[in-house]
Amino acid sequence: MSLSGAWYLGLAAIVFTIGAVGLLVRRNVLIMFMCIELMLNAANLTFVTFSRMLNDIGGQALVFFVLVVAAAEVVVGLGIVVTNYRRRATTVADDLDSLKG
Amino acid sequence: MVHLAYLMLLLPLAGFAVLVVGGRRLGNPLAGWVGTVAVGGAFVIACLVLAGLIQLPADHRVVVHQYFTWFSAGGLSVPVGTLVDPLSMTMCMFVTGVSALIHLYSIGYMKSDRDYSKFFIYLNLFVFSMVLLVLANNLLLTFVGWEGVGVCSYFLVAFWFERETAASAGKKAFIYNRIGDAGFLIAIFLIFEKTGTLQYESGPGGGIFGMLSHLGGGTATAVVLLLLFAATGKSAQIPLFNWLPDAMEGPTPVSALIHAATMVTAGVYLLCRMNPVLHLTAHGMEVIAIIGAATAFVAATIACAQQDIKKVLAFSTVSQIGYMVLAVGSGAYVAAIFLMVMHAFFKGLLFLGAGSVIHGLEDEQDLKRMGALRRYMKWTTVTFTIGFLAIAGIPPLSGFWAKGDVLENVFAHSMVLYKVLWAIGLLTAVLTAYYMSRLEILAFGGEPRFDKVGPQGQPALPAPHESPWVMRLPLVVLAFFAFFGGVLNLPWVHTHDLESWLAPVFSGTLYDNTLSDASLWALAVTDIAAALIGVIVAYNLWRGAQVDKPALEPAFLQRVWYWDDFYDTVIGRPSERFATFCAWVVDVRIIDGAVNGAAHLVKVTGTAARRLQTGYARNYALGIAVGLALLIAFMLSRTWWG
Repeated sequence: MSLSGAWYLGLAAIVFTIGAVGLLVRRNVLIMFMCIELMLNAANLTFVTFSRMLNDIGGQALVFFVLVVAAAEVVVGLGIVVTNYRRRATTVADDLDSLKG
Repeated sequence: MVHLAYLMLLLPLAGFAVLVVGGRRLGNPLAGWVGTVAVGGAFVIACLVLAGLIQLPADHRVVVHQYFTWFSAGGLSVPVGTLVDPLSMTMCMFVTGVSALIHLYSIGYMKSDRDYSKFFIYLNLFVFSMVLLVLANNLLLTFVGWEGVGVCSYFLVAFWFERETAASAGKKAFIYNRIGDAGFLIAIFLIFEKTGTLQYESGPGGGIFGMLSHLGGGTATAVVLLLLFAATGKSAQIPLFNWLPDAMEGPTPVSALIHAATMVTAGVYLLCRMNPVLHLTAHGMEVIAIIGAATAFVAATIACAQQDIKKVLAFSTVSQIGYMVLAVGSGAYVAAIFLMVMHAFFKGLLFLGAGSVIHGLEDEQDLKRMGALRRYMKWTTVTFTIGFLAIAGIPPLSGFWAKGDVLENVFAHSMVLYKVLWAIGLLTAVLTAYYMSRLEILAFGGEPRFDKVGPQGQPALPAPHESPWVMRLPLVVLAFFAFFGGVLNLPWVHTHDLESWLAPVFSGTLYDNTLSDASLWALAVTDIAAALIGVIVAYNLWRGAQVDKPALEPAFLQRVWYWDDFYDTVIGRPSERFATFCAWVVDVRIIDGAVNGAAHLVKVTGTAARRLQTGYARNYALGIAVGLALLIAFMLSRTWWG
């Protein structure tokens, strides 16, 4: 049995929305990170789906790049989060407002 | 030997270069000797070139050398070249000769000056510029020399720039000259626009003088009036003559060289050089003659009331150049050049004599504090007196012949206007004899006044001393020429004189050839009578011990016909008010207002917009999300309803 591409795309949209809403409503930096990962993976899913639908390997190749960038971003991002936690003992994003205008 | 002409330019330039690099190391007096030798060398070269030119047949005496092209752009190609002809060589001879003598004199005069070598740097640069002005084969190169002498004049007038008066006199000289220069430039543009060339008489189409037909009546008049305006600046004529008396703030050798003998005659030279163009316009000639006569008269009246020995000579120079311009305006170019050369001799002599007096009297320049110098300065007295007799027009000295030549040519002109100008010229001759006699009597005659306390409480001066030989030698040489110079152009000689020598350069014939011998004699006697009247009146008025005669020195004349005050009121003050208006209203309110207003606007916007920068990551994320949503909505709307 094979599902049509629309299902995959719908799933990707749902996952992306969960990520986006989560990013907007949550205060914890780690949760926000996870939300970003959700959004990225939703995009990946879309890439792969279209790749299959259009019979074009380019979309799948691009997913690898996204994964690499996401991994690098997590490394840097978590490093910042950990350092910040050591200095301020908080992981709440709203406490990090020293760039306020 | 004519091809050596470029050396006349290169020698002073080399002297300049050597002095710029090593002047200070050469020191005093070696730097002065280097400068003098460079200019003396140029004089020797000038003699050789002159000898070469004389050997050519009379109608081949125009030798143009082109060395390289300065620049070319579009239809304009400006070569660097020399034009050697009787006119330029006559100028070169007396320019380099008088310059060499004055360099020699300066070795003594500037002996104790701090900037000794700098003085000779400027002086050599000046000679280079002046020779360039004279020898150039095109108008633009002449203009380069013209500007060069102007800037050297500025440097040298303001040579003692620690003195406020000297610094401002330098600026005044420069600015007045610049006003005239604008006229020169526009004349150059106009000529180029009409003829397409700037060379005098070589190159495509035979140069400017070969394409005179392109200069229609109106253009020729405009060109001539603009050149006249340029000449009024450089040669200190009405309306731009006021700078020359102030220029006397410079060292006296400078006054003698630049502001009496050479540079100030550049305007007359320019008009003579352009004589074929002048000939196209009778009205232009009339204006030139009127300006010349008016200047001669006005300056002579002012000279009668000046107390400063150099100021008297300065106004006298203005007046004498007025005669030259009058001669040019009458078409008597030879007379103008003749007077120019003779004037270089006797006015150079008078200035150097005045310098000798000033040098001997510890820098005192007030005539009222001199007197009886004949007992202390024999050489100076004798040579100065020769200069005085020459300029006063006493025969057989050079001034009599030169001034007579001008006046009889003006008289011989057929128009009534010129008869009036001749009368003014004759009156000026009386005044000339009067103010020069007054100067002579106050300085050298009577009883000493320098050994008494001055009217403003200046301390009494010690007895004057005669100047060293380097200063006396130029006096003697110049006195010789001031005495015998007239033989160059005696009225009854018509071959091998200045007139036949210069004839190929000048178009048209001289008017005095129309006069009968009887009228020539009558005019000569009139000239002599005018000179004698002036001398006798002055002698009777000024020989006494009483030297303060306010009635003879009205404020109107002392203040230069209120000419400076007039410019001050009409141009100076309103300009200042306008500048103040620009500074405090236009600049502060409008320009600064616009700049500050823009800054203020940015500040207000920034203050309002900074609230957007909350520092909360979720706000930014929301912004991105909303923006993205709007973008998608926009694109979807385009897809559905586009």
